[in-house]
Amino acid sequence: MNILVCIKRVPDVGSKFRLTDDGQAIDTTSLGFTISPHEECAVEEAISIIEKMGGNATVLTLGPADTEEQLKDSLARGMTDAILLESDQPEWDPRQTAQAIIETVKSEEAKNGPFDLLMFGSESADSGNAQIGIRVAHGLDRPIICGLKNLMVTDSGIIGKRDIPNGMEIYETTLPAVVTIKEGINLPRYPSLRGRIKAKKKEVVHFAPNQIPLQMEMIQLKHPDEQKKEVEMLGEGASAAPEVVNIFKQLKLLK
Amino acid sequence: MILAIIEHDRGLISPYSLQLLTYAHELAKGDSTNVKAVVIGNNVQVLTSELRKYSSDGIIIIEDERLENFNAEAWAGSIIQLAESKEPSIIMAAATDKGNEVLAHVGARLDLPMSAYTSAIQGGAEKKITRLRWGSSLLEETVLQGKPLLITIALNLVKAVEISGEVPIIEEFQVELSDKAFRVKLTGREEDADSGTSLTSASIVIGGGRGVGSADGFSVLEALAECIDGAVGGSRVATNNGWIPHTKQVGLTGNRIAPKLYIACGISGAVQHLVGCKGAKKIMVINNDPQAPFFTKADYGVIGDLHEILPAITQELKKNQN
Repeated sequence: MNILVCIKRVPDVGSKFRLTDDGQAIDTTSLGFTISPHEECAVEEAISIIEKMGGNATVLTLGPADTEEQLKDSLARGMTDAILLESDQPEWDPRQTAQAIIETVKSEEAKNGPFDLLMFGSESADSGNAQIGIRVAHGLDRPIICGLKNLMVTDSGIIGKRDIPNGMEIYETTLPAVVTIKEGINLPRYPSLRGRIKAKKKEVVHFAPNQIPLQMEMIQLKHPDEQKKEVEMLGEGASAAPEVVNIFKQLKLLK
Repeated sequence: MILAIIEHDRGLISPYSLQLLTYAHELAKGDSTNVKAVVIGNNVQVLTSELRKYSSDGIIIIEDERLENFNAEAWAGSIIQLAESKEPSIIMAAATDKGNEVLAHVGARLDLPMSAYTSAIQGGAEKKITRLRWGSSLLEETVLQGKPLLITIALNLVKAVEISGEVPIIEEFQVELSDKAFRVKLTGREEDADSGTSLTSASIVIGGGRGVGSADGFSVLEALAECIDGAVGGSRVATNNGWIPHTKQVGLTGNRIAPKLYIACGISGAVQHLVGCKGAKKIMVINNDPQAPFFTKADYGVIGDLHEILPAITQELKKNQN
C-alpha cells in the first residue's frame, strides 16, 4: 500500500487569540504549533495501515520552512517519507493549496508509481475550509469518501463509516481513492524516543510549489463580539457544596 | 436567483436546511431576487409538504432512482446541470458535513472558490463575506469571487421561520448522471446503540479535563451525573489520553453542547474547548488554579480540587433528597 497524507500546521492556541496589528494573522510569536487534529488522526491511520499491509506512507504539507517540525513529528510516529511544499506566504486559498498538491502528486506518481490512497483531515482546525481533499480528488479524477470515523482497506478497495445524527453511514469505493478523516477514528500515538532519533536522520524533500491566482482574498481577521461575564465565586473546596446545590435549585435543575 | 440545497435523510428534512431557507429568503429580499429550494433524491415529492411552509418562491425537484441514497458527487453533478439552466447568483447549503461536502464538489468541478461556515454576506458587486474560523472563535472577512458564489451558511445563525401566504411553484428538473458519479456507494447504516443520557440533549453536562488526571478520576464525575441525571463529557486532553472515549469530547473536534448548566472540572479553558460549550446557558467552573482562564467565561466558580468538591456536591444532593 502506498499512501499520501496531507497535513496542516496550526498554532497551538491557548485560551485567547492575539491578532497581528494588520489583522492578517494570529500573532504566533509566543505560541507553539501542532498538526491539526483531524490530520493527526489521518497520520495515525496511515501508519497503522502500512504496519498491517506493508508499504510506504508519505506525509506532505504546504507552509513555511518551520513546518518541517510537523513533518519530522509525523516521521517520528512512523511515516516513511516527507514532502514540504515550501512557501513564505502562510495563507493560500483552498484552490491554490489543492492545485499545488495535485501537481506534486502527479510528478511524484510519474517518478515513483501511483499512490493507492490519499488522506486528508476533514477540515483544518484554523481556517476550516473543508474542501482541499475534495478538490484534489477531482483534480486527479479519483473517488472520495469524506468525514470517516472508521476505515477498512483491502487490496482493491475501501469501506468507510461516517457519522450521521444517531448513527453511521457505510460507504464503499475502489482504489485508488481519496478519503478525509475525522478525529475519533483512532487514538494517535506519541512519537517514541527511538522514532524521534530515526526521524532526525530522515530527509524532508523540499519543493517550491506554483501558486495559481487567488480567488478568496482575505481582508482581515476579527474577534467576534462577546458578552462580558461576571463570575460569581461560590467558595473554595468541599465547603462550597451547599452553595453549588443552591445554584442547582435556583436554575430549577433538581426534580 | 439563489439556489438553496436541501439536505434530507430517509424522509426527514434537516432542521439546518429550514434555517437555510429562512436565511436565504432574508438575503434575497435585500438583493431583490428569489430563492429556489432544491431537493435531490428519489421519491422526494413527499418532502414538499413540509418545505412549502418555509419557501415562498419555488421548489425544484431533481429525481433519479440512483439518488435513493446520499451521494455527494451525484448531488454536485445535479446541481451543476441545474445551475447551467438557471444561472443563479448564489448556490448555498447549510454548513453541515454533507452541505460543505456537496458544495466543495461543485466548486472543484466548476473551478470556483467555496466559502464554508459563512456567517454574513454583504451586498454589492464584489461580495464581501464573513466566515467562521476555529469553530466560530475567530471571524474572517473575505472577498469571494465566482459566478455563481458557492456558500455554506453557518448553523444556528437564524431560527427557521414559517412563511404564510403564497404557495410555491413546484418544478421538476431532469438531470443526466453518468455512472461515474456513483463510483462511491452507500452500502449500509448503523444505528447508535447508546442508551445513556446524550451529551447533546442533557440538561446538565459535567466535563472533565487535564485536572481529572486519569480514567479512574472520572468516577466522581459519573457519580454526580447519575445523581442529577446529567451526562459526562470531557476536553480533548481527556479523550486524547484515552480517559474517556472520543464520542464524549466537547469541543472543536467533538460535540457542541447546549445544556442548561455545564460544569467544567479541571479544564483550563482553551478556545477549542470553549467552542464546544458556548451554547450552554450557564457555566460553572471548578478548578484548583484561581488563574485558570475559564473562570473569565464562567457564571459560577469554585476554587479547589475537583476530587474533593464533586463528591461533596453529590453527598449534599443525596442529603437534600432524603
